[in-house]
Amino acid sequence: MAVPHAKLDLTEARLSGMARPQGAAWANEARLLAEARVRSAGLPTRRDEYWKFTDPASLTQVDAPRAATFDALDEAPLFDGIDRLKVVFVDGVFDADASDDLTMEGVEIERLSAALSKDIHWARDIYGVLETRGQDPVKRPLAAMNTAFATDGLAIRATGKVTRPISLIYLHGSESSDAILHHVVKVEEGAELTVLENGPAAARFNKCMEIAVADGGAFHHVRAQGRDHERRAITHMFSQIGAGATYKSFTLTANGTLTRNENIMEIIGDNAVAHVAGAAMGDAKHNAFHHDDTVFITHDALACESRQVFKKVLRNGARGVFQGKILVKAGAQKTDGYQISQALLLDDDASFQAKPELEIYADDVICSHGSTTGAIDDEALFYLRSRGVPEGPATDLLVLAFLAEAIDEIEDERLRADILGRLESWLVRRRNG
Amino acid sequence: MLEIKNLHVKLEDEDKQILKGVDLTVGAGQVHAIMGPNGSGKSTLSYVLAGRGGYEVTAGSATLEGADILAMEAEERAAAGLFLAFQYPVEIPGVGNMTFLRTALNGQRKARGEDEISAGDFLKLIRAKAKTLQIDAEMLKRPVNVGFSGGEKKRNEILQMAMLEPKMCILDETDSGLDVDAMKLVSEGVNALRDEGRAFLVITHYQRLLDHIKPDVVHIMADGRIVKTGGPELALEVENNGYADILAEVV
Ligand SMILES: Nc1ncnc2c1ncn2[C@@H]1O[C@H](COP(=O)(O)OP(=O)(O)OP(=O)(O)O)[C@@H](O)[C@H]1O
Ligand SMILES: [Mg+2]
Repeated sequence: MAVPHAKLDLTEARLSGMARPQGAAWANEARLLAEARVRSAGLPTRRDEYWKFTDPASLTQVDAPRAATFDALDEAPLFDGIDRLKVVFVDGVFDADASDDLTMEGVEIERLSAALSKDIHWARDIYGVLETRGQDPVKRPLAAMNTAFATDGLAIRATGKVTRPISLIYLHGSESSDAILHHVVKVEEGAELTVLENGPAAARFNKCMEIAVADGGAFHHVRAQGRDHERRAITHMFSQIGAGATYKSFTLTANGTLTRNENIMEIIGDNAVAHVAGAAMGDAKHNAFHHDDTVFITHDALACESRQVFKKVLRNGARGVFQGKILVKAGAQKTDGYQISQALLLDDDASFQAKPELEIYADDVICSHGSTTGAIDDEALFYLRSRGVPEGPATDLLVLAFLAEAIDEIEDERLRADILGRLESWLVRRRNG
Repeated sequence: MLEIKNLHVKLEDEDKQILKGVDLTVGAGQVHAIMGPNGSGKSTLSYVLAGRGGYEVTAGSATLEGADILAMEAEERAAAGLFLAFQYPVEIPGVGNMTFLRTALNGQRKARGEDEISAGDFLKLIRAKAKTLQIDAEMLKRPVNVGFSGGEKKRNEILQMAMLEPKMCILDETDSGLDVDAMKLVSEGVNALRDEGRAFLVITHYQRLLDHIKPDVVHIMADGRIVKTGGPELALEVENNGYADILAEVV
């Protein structure tokens, strides 16, 4: 199908000022092919079915819309108390001085540019490869654009049980920064790795992570987005999950003019587990808030389990979107797929749109999905108040209770406590401010 | 302690009058019982006193130790010492019983300008109180009332009352759904709290509870009013003959 003119113009305009970074021949080719993918699909517009609920205009326009930087001076940085290896990016550029030494037992960490300059490198099998697989059946041109033009990122290969999490810290310094980051992650057989991400990153942020988890490996991902208000972010996580492997990703989101997080998982080995969860809180009183979780899980192996748990708390015109699909291929018997997306609307102005989908070609599977939109339970609120809990804290308790199922998806107790503590303090701040 | 005068209440959204002039005074240290047919307005009275939404007070007043409670938010009434044990305790998935009670207790303390209770002291206190009500520790960890049996929910109400130490305790059919042993436990829990500074208003259909919690005064409520007031013998009369005679006598 020919790309419509308007889309073509938009795509050409966006790509015109961009240059593909050069490296090894294989990397150059991967980037060249990625650029071709962007051109053949064209960048997304509101008219695309996949972008029906989220307007991508600010993600595709030539210059990043300005975004004020945000300093959370009144709170300790997230994950502060966690023993971790810190890697800092400022406006999408690796900051060696602010980062820890990148050597750690059981893992190799390299800057993307270094990995992509080597003639022989494991990243060759992953960079742009998982992203390409994720282009079918739905096109994800912003991810292909990322592969073609990403200027920085990490290549991480876990070979053993890595005890300290790798903590990617994104700092936002310039009001007009337009960052394109790409990470490639390989978790070798039986290896274990936890990656943390937090921070405002840039005025506009396009981030892609490709993760291959080999048989028996485990990948854990905990991310916090916020509290920067004017952020525009599109993120993609493409993963391929081997036999008996575990992939778990959790995201906490607060604030942000526009955030779309896509998580595309392909389960290729038997008895694997893939969980993806998100808790988002949006209040559009002072700044627009639009949050979109788009998930696609492909089951292509026996007896695998997948869970999608997404919860959003919205008020004052904040908007939430969930698009989630479970695709069970023929032969993926004994699949156990679960998907829940729920919104708690704290007033009549907030809105939530959900598009849950199941596509199943195997007959012996359990798949369930549900989506609800509701308000605070008045009976529960009165019960709490009748015991002396004032309305504000009582509402917070009910909000936390609502989000609990998503938060509980964080396996590591310390990380869960950290995220929960942050959430609690954000609720208190919102109430007082 | 509690003084209700000529209280008229209608539903907020409907033109339906439910309380049609309730007069009731409960003195400190006293136990009053309210009995009355289904739908006579007993729960409505307790809800209105506790501050639930959806009702409109069209006339009359209610004061707790002289303070106008009808002008207060529900949480302010709680901090002022009012407690309602619900006829139907509410399930709150996701909120742990412990968190709930500690937040409630500290909320009240804060409202009264008192110090918060420490986590350690709270734990000691709740363990001791739960033990006397034979509520096991496992139940305390569960979400508020979720998966509790009818009787467990009622015992949990009494546990909350014991923790919060209110001055004016309203018990709405706390005996319904309780087996004989649980009824004894709950009554003992209530009796343990009886003292000069505290008063009880016990709503019940059965004499049985009043064998354990001996009331000073018994009221009969019908069609939104207190139609008869007497001593403990009034409850026996209801138990033996039902309401027909009493209501006939009033009309
Ligand atoms: N929210 C409401 N909407 C409609 N009717 C109501 C509402 N609340 C109370 N009523 C009506 O008001 C009347 C009194 O109800 P209430 O629950 O106070 O009775 P009660 O004396 O506690 O009865 P029971 O002994 O069955 O518990 C009933 O006719 C009831 O149907
Ligand atoms: Mg009742």
